[in-house]
Amino acid sequence: MARVILPQALADRFGGEVQLEIEGGNVRALLAALDARYPGIGQELEGRVAVAIDGEIHNDPLLEPVEEQSEVHFLPRLAGG
Amino acid sequence: MKRHISTTIDGEALEFLSEDGQTLLDALRDVLLKTGTKEGCGTGDCGACSVMLDGRLVCSCLVLAAEVEGASVETVEGLAEAGELHPLQKRFLEGAALQCGVCTPGFLVAAKALLEINPDPSEKEVRYWLAGNLCRCTGYDKIIRSVLDAAADMRGETE
Amino acid sequence: MSDEKKFRWVGTRPIRPDGVDKVTGRAQYGADFALPDMLWGRVLRSPHAHARILSIETGAAAALEGVHAVMTGQDLPDLFAEKAAAAGGHDDSNNLAHNVMARDKALYHGHAVAAVAATSREIAERALELIDVEYEVLPHVLDIHAALAPGAPLVHPDRVAQGIENSGPSNIAKRLQIGHGDPEEGFAEADEIIEREFSTRPVHQGYIEPHACLAQTTQDGRVTLWSSSQGHFMVRDYTAKLLDIDLSLVRVIPAEIGGGFGGKTTVYLEPIAVSLSRKSGRSVKMVMSREEVFRASGPTLGTRIKIKVGVTREGVLTAGEATLHYEGGAFGGSSVGAGCMTIFAPYAFPHVRSTGYDIMVNKPKGAAYRAPGAPMAAFALETVMDELAQRLEIDPVDFRLRNAAKEGTLASFGPRYRRIGCVETLEAVRDHPHYSAPLGPNQGRGVALGFWFNAGLQSSAGVNLNPDGTVTVLSGNPDIGGSRASLAIMTAEELGIEYEHVDVMVADTHAVGYTDVTGGSRVTFATGMAIIEAVRDVMGQLCQRAAAVWEVDAERVSWHEGEARLDGGFEPAPLGLAELAKNAGKTGGPISARAALTARGVGMGFGAHICDVEVDPETGRIDVIRYTAVQDAGRAIHPSYVEGQMQGGAVQGIGWALNEEYVFDDEGRVQNPGFLDYRIPVASDVPMIDTVIVEVPNPAHPYGVRGVGEVPIVPPIPAVVNAVHAATGIRFCDLPLSPARVLARLDEARSPGSA
Ligand code: FES
Ligand code: FES
Repeated sequence: MARVILPQALADRFGGEVQLEIEGGNVRALLAALDARYPGIGQELEGRVAVAIDGEIHNDPLLEPVEEQSEVHFLPRLAGG
Repeated sequence: MKRHISTTIDGEALEFLSEDGQTLLDALRDVLLKTGTKEGCGTGDCGACSVMLDGRLVCSCLVLAAEVEGASVETVEGLAEAGELHPLQKRFLEGAALQCGVCTPGFLVAAKALLEINPDPSEKEVRYWLAGNLCRCTGYDKIIRSVLDAAADMRGETE
Repeated sequence: MSDEKKFRWVGTRPIRPDGVDKVTGRAQYGADFALPDMLWGRVLRSPHAHARILSIETGAAAALEGVHAVMTGQDLPDLFAEKAAAAGGHDDSNNLAHNVMARDKALYHGHAVAAVAATSREIAERALELIDVEYEVLPHVLDIHAALAPGAPLVHPDRVAQGIENSGPSNIAKRLQIGHGDPEEGFAEADEIIEREFSTRPVHQGYIEPHACLAQTTQDGRVTLWSSSQGHFMVRDYTAKLLDIDLSLVRVIPAEIGGGFGGKTTVYLEPIAVSLSRKSGRSVKMVMSREEVFRASGPTLGTRIKIKVGVTREGVLTAGEATLHYEGGAFGGSSVGAGCMTIFAPYAFPHVRSTGYDIMVNKPKGAAYRAPGAPMAAFALETVMDELAQRLEIDPVDFRLRNAAKEGTLASFGPRYRRIGCVETLEAVRDHPHYSAPLGPNQGRGVALGFWFNAGLQSSAGVNLNPDGTVTVLSGNPDIGGSRASLAIMTAEELGIEYEHVDVMVADTHAVGYTDVTGGSRVTFATGMAIIEAVRDVMGQLCQRAAAVWEVDAERVSWHEGEARLDGGFEPAPLGLAELAKNAGKTGGPISARAALTARGVGMGFGAHICDVEVDPETGRIDVIRYTAVQDAGRAIHPSYVEGQMQGGAVQGIGWALNEEYVFDDEGRVQNPGFLDYRIPVASDVPMIDTVIVEVPNPAHPYGVRGVGEVPIVPPIPAVVNAVHAATGIRFCDLPLSPARVLARLDEARSPGSA
């Protein structure tokens, strides 16, 4: 089970839990599992936020692997100069 | 109204037709297709368009094309002699004095003008002389060093 | 990747491949292209900060001799109305489309409302004067206070804030919050708490080359664009999207770029030039004037940041909390997200929270500017860190070191850090002779730390081996500061050949695979990775060819120092690159490879700057008299260009701190749209900028590269401001520190009765 940390504002709207354990495999599967638990949350996240998996930020992930022990954070997307 | 202009640019006698009110910069770039001289502002504030007009350093965006009738203009494009780069050009390359390079033609022309009247300038003199040339990329450090190095080369103090 | 490894080219300073063209005037920038049938395009811009466009009468302009096309916003397809409505009006393409040319409302002084193409610039200018626009001037909002005031005029009356439940229309485009722990708890544990409010003014990236392009179109719908930008694929994709054209029909040829700093990561002119070209059947060249650059392109806008930091007597941070308001200009989209994410990033905070608001005002649409959002945030945090160190009587660098983020630290933006060089960077500052050098009267020294993420994103590359053994590399990134050199160095290093035998070309959108913009400090890192992958593919092919010649298994052949060698023996004699290249046709055909990837493993960057200033007590003028920039580059491939990034960023930051600001009048008009009145630092304003490159290699990159281009603009503002405090005892919380403002504070401090 990967450890997922949701942004506070989003957690407030969906169930209130900031930290949760979710079966992953990859980002797509993880989002699907999240959405099954909190319907609608997947749509809020997919394609709108960056995902940090074990400290590495991915701006547009889909098939990025999520390991059993991984820690996953959702972040605002960034622009560079 | 077009005006017929005869002039010398980078050692070559040239003739061209100029619109009324056209600047030297526009004539160089748009009529003669000598685009080595750059435009950063068009108002005399950035120095990217620097050229020598009868041995005087000017902003070509502030000079009318008609003023070069019978005069001699030197641009960055005439700096290198045949196969050989000018010492300033060499030092700018070795010293990484350009990043984007759009300010470089103006700096080279202005620096050459300085070294003609002051072959051994101090850092401060170089900084004040080049204060009319804007560079947004380099923070000036490597430009100043390269000008000082080229000055030493031209005085025969290096190698 | 071992640190012991000796490199032949990496870490050396050869001359860049494009250097001679750039010192002789041969290099072609955006405005340097011309075609025989070319027209000149010019844009009519709104004289008002906020106005409804009631009608545009173009007949007289179109009738003028020499005018071949006139257009308005009605000529651009409004593809996005439906999509934008679905997205609550926030669709980026919709904003972009409306920024390129206004439709029903002009939203800032300088917003494009119409354009013409004519046989000369002068005729085009005259035609603009003949266009009659009827405006209904609307009340405007110019800054955060005004935008948030009750009853404020709304920039977009139909928009509601993202991230705020059940809110009505407002000038807030977006609210976001990030953090961890419970700041209240952290502040309860603190012995010292400092709370301050900071503000910054709009500033421009200030690239010397104005935006410019040349568009050619054909009757069968093809488009060719010569354009100066930070990404020709970006230009292609945005132009095609705004005009509803297939990507395969749009070819963008990258001009050399005369500076961008983030400001050339979007389009302004290209869709207009293409439209005018289609209307006129001629090619159209467009070049912005400097005034247009200031009024209509890229600034980063004003910010207000409220910050509160708690610390124990021993100097351990307990909590941080910040509220950040960033102006995003007429469409929102400010860098407040990055502001929230970076503000507490350099340190380990057990409890931290930042809340950001993206505010719409009647100013140009903000664009990215080097580490977008971070310098203003660093200004707030690092000034407070300085004040805390002073209160606790701890050396400011020691104080920072006590709290510095390391591998495994929970970053304020969420995840745990991987290998970073924050501590090493601070140690290099502490150990630098500048840090302990004596100071004179009216002088002071400041330090500050800065952080930036850097980016990976998508890159493509091609590597072609020529029959004589030289190599041509194709990159999809415009070379904005010497990246051809760093890419050539890595190619020569991998192949074990002479640097001079490698040439790097920035290839157009039809010639190389998709590549994201030259931005986010990503080119040497990410495009470098793509090139290394392609070069390694070429090396594999070379080994196969040698194996075929020797009639052995390819596994037994490996590539060393420019030649194929058979493992475990000295026979046969190794085959060199030149020989293999010459015979490529006989051994299987030309040798070339391509690689395309989304770069993984970005190395985050830290920099710390030391600044000495002298403050003239009579005039309030501040002189920067000594400056040292320290930064973890991971690995400096071409140290001169790494130093150049550090020096250039430092001076941009000094300008931001001391001089630069947009001035608007009461009507919302920009009062200083030129380099005379918007004064960027000149050579006589600054000293030499000393540099120290720290190398904590990024484990995910073959050579350890981290990005370097953006970090250097993060520390300068607080470094300067902290130095001014050290010299005068006055803390400045509002930029810029112009002489008048400084003198007023000095007088105030000197006046009898002041504390
Ligand atoms: S273009 Fe002439 S000084 Fe700027
Ligand atoms: S090198 Fe870019 S402006 Fe000087």
